[in-house]
Amino acid sequence: MTSYDAIVIGGGHNGLVAATLLARSGRKVRLVETADTLGGAARTDEFAPGFRVSTAHILNRLHPDVIRQLDLAAHGLDTSAAPAPTTVLGDREGPVTLRSGYGDHVDGISPDEAKAWSELRALLLRQAGILKPFLTRRPPRLGKLSRADMSLLGGSALALRRLGKEDMREFLRMVLMNVADVADEHLTDDRLKGLLAFDATLGSHLGPRSPTSLLGLYYRLAGEAGGSVGGQTIPAGGMGAVINALARAAAAAGVEISTGANVTRIALEGGKAAGVTLGTGEELRAGTVVSAINPATTFLDLVGPRELDIAFVRKIGNIRMKGDAAKLHLALDTVPDFPGISDADRKGRLVIATSTDHVENAFNPAKYGEFSPEPVMEITLPSLSDPTLAPDGACVLSAVVQYAPYDLREGWETGKPKFLEAILATLEANAPGIRNTIRHSELLTPADIESRYRMPGGHWHHGELQADQMLFSRPVAGHSGYDTPVGGLYLCGAGSHPGGGISGVPGLNAARNILASER
Amino acid sequence: MTVVPPLTDEKRRAAQKHIETIRFETPFHPRIAALMQTNDWYDWAGYKSANTLWAEELEYFAIRAQSALFDISPMVKYRIEGPDAEAFCNRLTLRDVSKLRPGRVHYTAWCDDSGHVLDDGTLFRLADTRFRLCCQERHLPWLLDGALGFDVAVTEETEEIAGLALQGPTSCALLKAAGFDGIETMKPFDIRDFGHESGSVTVSRTGFTGDLGYELFIDTPLALSLWDRLWTAGELYGIRAIGNAALNQARIEAGLIVANIDFITTDHALRADRVRMPDETGLGWMVDLKKGHFNGRRAIEDARRNNSIRHVLVGLEIEGNVPADHAIVYHRKKREAGVITSAAWSPTAKRNLAIASLERPYGDTITEDLWVEIYALHELRYTKLMKRATIVPRPFVKLPRRTATPPADC
Repeated sequence: MTSYDAIVIGGGHNGLVAATLLARSGRKVRLVETADTLGGAARTDEFAPGFRVSTAHILNRLHPDVIRQLDLAAHGLDTSAAPAPTTVLGDREGPVTLRSGYGDHVDGISPDEAKAWSELRALLLRQAGILKPFLTRRPPRLGKLSRADMSLLGGSALALRRLGKEDMREFLRMVLMNVADVADEHLTDDRLKGLLAFDATLGSHLGPRSPTSLLGLYYRLAGEAGGSVGGQTIPAGGMGAVINALARAAAAAGVEISTGANVTRIALEGGKAAGVTLGTGEELRAGTVVSAINPATTFLDLVGPRELDIAFVRKIGNIRMKGDAAKLHLALDTVPDFPGISDADRKGRLVIATSTDHVENAFNPAKYGEFSPEPVMEITLPSLSDPTLAPDGACVLSAVVQYAPYDLREGWETGKPKFLEAILATLEANAPGIRNTIRHSELLTPADIESRYRMPGGHWHHGELQADQMLFSRPVAGHSGYDTPVGGLYLCGAGSHPGGGISGVPGLNAARNILASER
Repeated sequence: MTVVPPLTDEKRRAAQKHIETIRFETPFHPRIAALMQTNDWYDWAGYKSANTLWAEELEYFAIRAQSALFDISPMVKYRIEGPDAEAFCNRLTLRDVSKLRPGRVHYTAWCDDSGHVLDDGTLFRLADTRFRLCCQERHLPWLLDGALGFDVAVTEETEEIAGLALQGPTSCALLKAAGFDGIETMKPFDIRDFGHESGSVTVSRTGFTGDLGYELFIDTPLALSLWDRLWTAGELYGIRAIGNAALNQARIEAGLIVANIDFITTDHALRADRVRMPDETGLGWMVDLKKGHFNGRRAIEDARRNNSIRHVLVGLEIEGNVPADHAIVYHRKKREAGVITSAAWSPTAKRNLAIASLERPYGDTITEDLWVEIYALHELRYTKLMKRATIVPRPFVKLPRRTATPPADC
């Protein structure tokens, strides 16, 4: 039996961040990952001979504090990638391309629309800026506000004040609105509206006209990449390269990492965390156990309901986490041609969402357990940024496709080929001839994502990121501070505040919280 | 992950008859209605129950001098059965269920996650892997959620099982005369099955009176014949049907508390500060920290560690003879210290008794110089009485016959 100061369960990016920071504090840290490679859905895997891809394919919110505190640049993170553009593939009107930080400049729209866009973008960024400080802080504890909580809330109040009365009123009016209404208030171009509708609802079980759907857009715009707010990059080497940098940082900090080792149980002694048991039967001891995996898995499977209170178990069991997005990987003989898109823009993000209605219509069937017959999607061609991901001349296409309800009524066994056909038909319409170049295809439904990455519901946020499961209520109300009812057991994954995406922030916040409380 | 089958609509409806029918009648209603002289019914958890039947005082004396028959069918009952039944009950409730042997019953309570009391009740260990939980409030969703991760089935059986309390000094002899052979060997908190017609009746030596007494549980279809059997045999033992008013007097003498009278249960409390921890309702002795995890344990331990337990439940003896129901308790006649939750003149002890909830330090470190302010209404004029109250131990009335085995005359 080996003893550690802290054991981190799960070698996804948040687990690596938390483990590294804990090890840096002088603690003896062991990180245990079930899969043979680190990174979870951010790892880069071969999906066809010579073709590699990562399920997470766009870097748009890896937090600067994480990059700085872990010295990720020194550990090989390449932050030099230029911000990637987003191109909305137009129906008849041709494409619209947003450049730099979420459309600092936009090509393909009228001068009037460009002005309207620029005003809306500035407004949304100001508003996202109010919420941004909350990302890297433990959600304030209601009922017993600490000085830090007060200063955070006070800071936000100040930020609101600084906005001025008009802007403040506008923020309070808009914050729980749906993205479709906001877009309609400011814009006329369907392609821009379609993009906002898509981005706001990406990864959630919401349509653009669902109440509060704007929050998803704020969440995106509170992120940054390549030094620009709302920006994005396609990382060289796939997202696996980011994981490699995190893994090197962890190793350098002295974290002992085991892969291919699953935790079957979190051991408790006197109601407090005492270590973990591995699938091999090996027991590791530590007074601090940090779970970077799903909250429901952590409590219901590894701790077990018997050691927990009933209402807590009830809340954990009721976290909504049924994914509604699928992931498509295509191994293509050649680089596909999207008419009207320049070679440079093809390296960026391509979005098929032609209007608010397109996204809303795609969502409608998902409410009733059916996939979208005309899905919306974001596409990247990662091998254009990193040729090593595909054999010479060939190409990797990676797409997040909505909507694909986890609980497909007809079942994914028969539904999956039909959904693939719908996706490929959409792709063919936007890139004629692409189907003839497909060497291999891999479609991951939420059910596949669930089993491959052990993400219950196949939900990359590990819990819907909606108002009722945010901030104070993430993962569940009353337990949002990374610590849990079980002494010495902490959460540090996407299921905790602020949520998913390759940000490292839950891991960062959790580590800070552990270091502060165990000082 | 273990999956608990959801409550079906059918099951839900079946468990709601007491809601759908105003003053739903208990299985014993035909017999009680025939004896009812005062027409003094009240609502007990949705059931039509007798408050008095003929005369409150005489009903009380039936408890203390004869045999009193009281319908406890409205008590909520759950069957808890399965290999993990003990583990389930241990996680649910405060006391150590592994110490409860088959054929025994104990008084216990259970809390929500914040350590506040959801209810108190009796847990019957009918067999190694089968329990019956009797209580005041409905808890099925809570129990089903609590069953997650346990190999156990929890079923509501409030309507399937009728219950009678037979209490009083002649109750043992009465049962013996009615053919309950060997009843006299039952010790307090023992459970035993006896044959009744085609089925059986489960008898426990328990009660809510502090007297010699038994509680009898039977399948509803056999309820009336059980009543008749007791009634016939009881003629020579002074059997009387009684209502809640008399029982309440007896239970106050016995120092027993009632949920939602002496404290507000967590699910009923509308105001955040009305909930109570076991230590605040006189149930702290149940909290068994030597056993494993139980619901609310962490919160209870935290509250004890942080000294954040704010209330205390005490027994009071008050000078004079005017019952001090819901009177305010004062320290030095000036500072409010708490409130009386139950009060009665005790015919047996000849003392004026009360149960009170005090705010610490009153009742905890400050126990002297307590007073209660009683407003006695006499023909539309209040007489304001300031009476001295003394903290005294409960039970106020302790009868040797409650525990004597075998009971006298048996």
